[in-house]
Amino acid sequence: MYVAVKGGEKAIDAAHALLARERRGDPAVPALDLTQIAQQLGRAVDRVMTEGSIYDPELAALAIKQAMGDLVEAIFLLRAYRTTLPRLAASQPVETDRGLVRRRISAVFKDVPGGQVLGSTFDYTHRLLDFALAAGTPLPDPVATSEPIGAAPRVADMLGRDGLIEPPPPGDAVPGDLTRQPIDFPADRALRLQNLARGDEGWLLALGYSTQRGYARNHPFAGEIRIVDVAVEIVPEELGFPVEIGEITVSECDMVNQFGGSATAAPAFTRGYGLVFGQSERKAMAMALVDRALRARELGEPIAAPAQDEEFVLSHSDNVEASGFVQHLKLPHHVDFQSELDLLRRLRAEHDQRKTAAE
Amino acid sequence: MTQTLAGYNFAYLDEQTKRMIRRAILKAVAIPGYQVPFGSREMPLPYGWGTGGIQVTASIIGRADVLKVIDQGADDTTNAISIRRFFARTAGVATTERTVEATIIQTRHRIPETPLRAGQIMVYQVPIPEPLRWLEPRETETRTMHALSEYGAMHVRFYEDIAHHGRITTTYDYPVIVNDRYLMRPSPIPKFDNQKLDMSPALQLFGAGREKRIYAVPPFTKVKSLDFHDHPFSVESWDAACSLCGSTTSYLDEVLTDDQGGRMFVCSDTDYCRSRTS
Repeated sequence: MYVAVKGGEKAIDAAHALLARERRGDPAVPALDLTQIAQQLGRAVDRVMTEGSIYDPELAALAIKQAMGDLVEAIFLLRAYRTTLPRLAASQPVETDRGLVRRRISAVFKDVPGGQVLGSTFDYTHRLLDFALAAGTPLPDPVATSEPIGAAPRVADMLGRDGLIEPPPPGDAVPGDLTRQPIDFPADRALRLQNLARGDEGWLLALGYSTQRGYARNHPFAGEIRIVDVAVEIVPEELGFPVEIGEITVSECDMVNQFGGSATAAPAFTRGYGLVFGQSERKAMAMALVDRALRARELGEPIAAPAQDEEFVLSHSDNVEASGFVQHLKLPHHVDFQSELDLLRRLRAEHDQRKTAAE
Repeated sequence: MTQTLAGYNFAYLDEQTKRMIRRAILKAVAIPGYQVPFGSREMPLPYGWGTGGIQVTASIIGRADVLKVIDQGADDTTNAISIRRFFARTAGVATTERTVEATIIQTRHRIPETPLRAGQIMVYQVPIPEPLRWLEPRETETRTMHALSEYGAMHVRFYEDIAHHGRITTTYDYPVIVNDRYLMRPSPIPKFDNQKLDMSPALQLFGAGREKRIYAVPPFTKVKSLDFHDHPFSVESWDAACSLCGSTTSYLDEVLTDDQGGRMFVCSDTDYCRSRTS
């Protein structure tokens, strides 16, 4: 019985013991180790790091193992850990046009300086279940990888040379931090992007998709998608110059969108932006679509669709919040329910009285 | 015959599904420009990457067909290669890069420069079939608008473009009226290609997999791009010629050669370009 407060303690312990047992599965089957998860379930690890807001493949792998592959639960575990960590410094902006480019494609030009680099991708695979994989395949042959491309200027910057696209927003302002300060509406773009980067991939995917189907259409072109290893630098106060503290892989999407223009400003393409940890380009692209939709106010567009409604989008994007609140309905609610029952019975009795009186 | 994929029917789809799709195609041909709903299947390629076109091609292709697949006008673009391989693998049919040799041409975003001939079939991949979608997101509404030929909203939208920008600003997927009746999206081809739809000797089939619609323009059907008397329909033009073949009449792609503003223009239709240089 889940409600009995006294017996509940034992029940909880027993339930968690059962969970641990189920998590381990058949003891005759070897247990997963974290390296296997981090290396062979890399996309799951990337998603958990992104929405968990912490770049640590090992911790993400642990969270996935502990959550039995339930990724929203794993994100929750990671967030709950993250919140205990001290924040020692804020990094310098990462420079995504420098670093090892693992993948880089532009849909708006056939070729671009630095080249189109497919990298490792599910794109263009035929989605046919590979039964050979189930049987255990021999080690795949090492593939010839070309040299990492050197300078790969951003496609948007090249469009910007001719003024065809709006300039990137000025980067001087110190961005807020929504993990320290609750978000306030209207929110500035930096805070919106923080929210979207942590936001649920499914939520962003559906909202981004809705903009493609006419609910706040913004004519997107994938200007550039790049997956790149970038250096993270901080400037320690006592040193006064940047020091590299590590390297992370990020997926970045620069979306080129419908042009604006007014009596004073010449028409130019506008942009939407997405940036996430690891190789999560579905999320990065969806994020860029939603970012662009949320700029409706700033660009003077009518706000008519869900994806443009900042408060609606940002208030419901966090899957840790959403999952918690939706599932809180499992908690005992019998006290409130009792008063509802009481009221309903009174109303029904009164209704019957009126009906009898009328007859 | 070449060995095809074990465990799957010729051209992947089972025969019942093909029959259902062929019925939808026949209806589409009978009512030019009308969007026929069909029971679109999950395909082993993602939605939005040509599943509608692939289902149409799979339903009409026979062993004697010769298939050409282009994306952005080119045979060597990744998605075109992937789809061509898919049919080579599942149907074992001959494939070609030559427009003149093909019996079926599946395309995304272009119509070949080489004029099509009777007997050829163009299969277009369609992301959004509904021409009124940006004016009215709800399908229930747009179906009624089509039934009543209520297309004034599109003219108003073009009028607003002219008022704001001095010209109609739709450059691709430019709406057309088919056979003086249905407003139709030609799929996201540049408006440059719209003229090729009109009175074409080839059968033109349009498949939208995710949106579950098929429509068609039968051979020798009138296709008119929407415009105004004082703002007649016009197409893209370039000051440059193709750097490879020198063509001044084909649709050109801009290729950035450096980050100092260097660029060149080349034919988007690779087969056309090659046929002029070889």
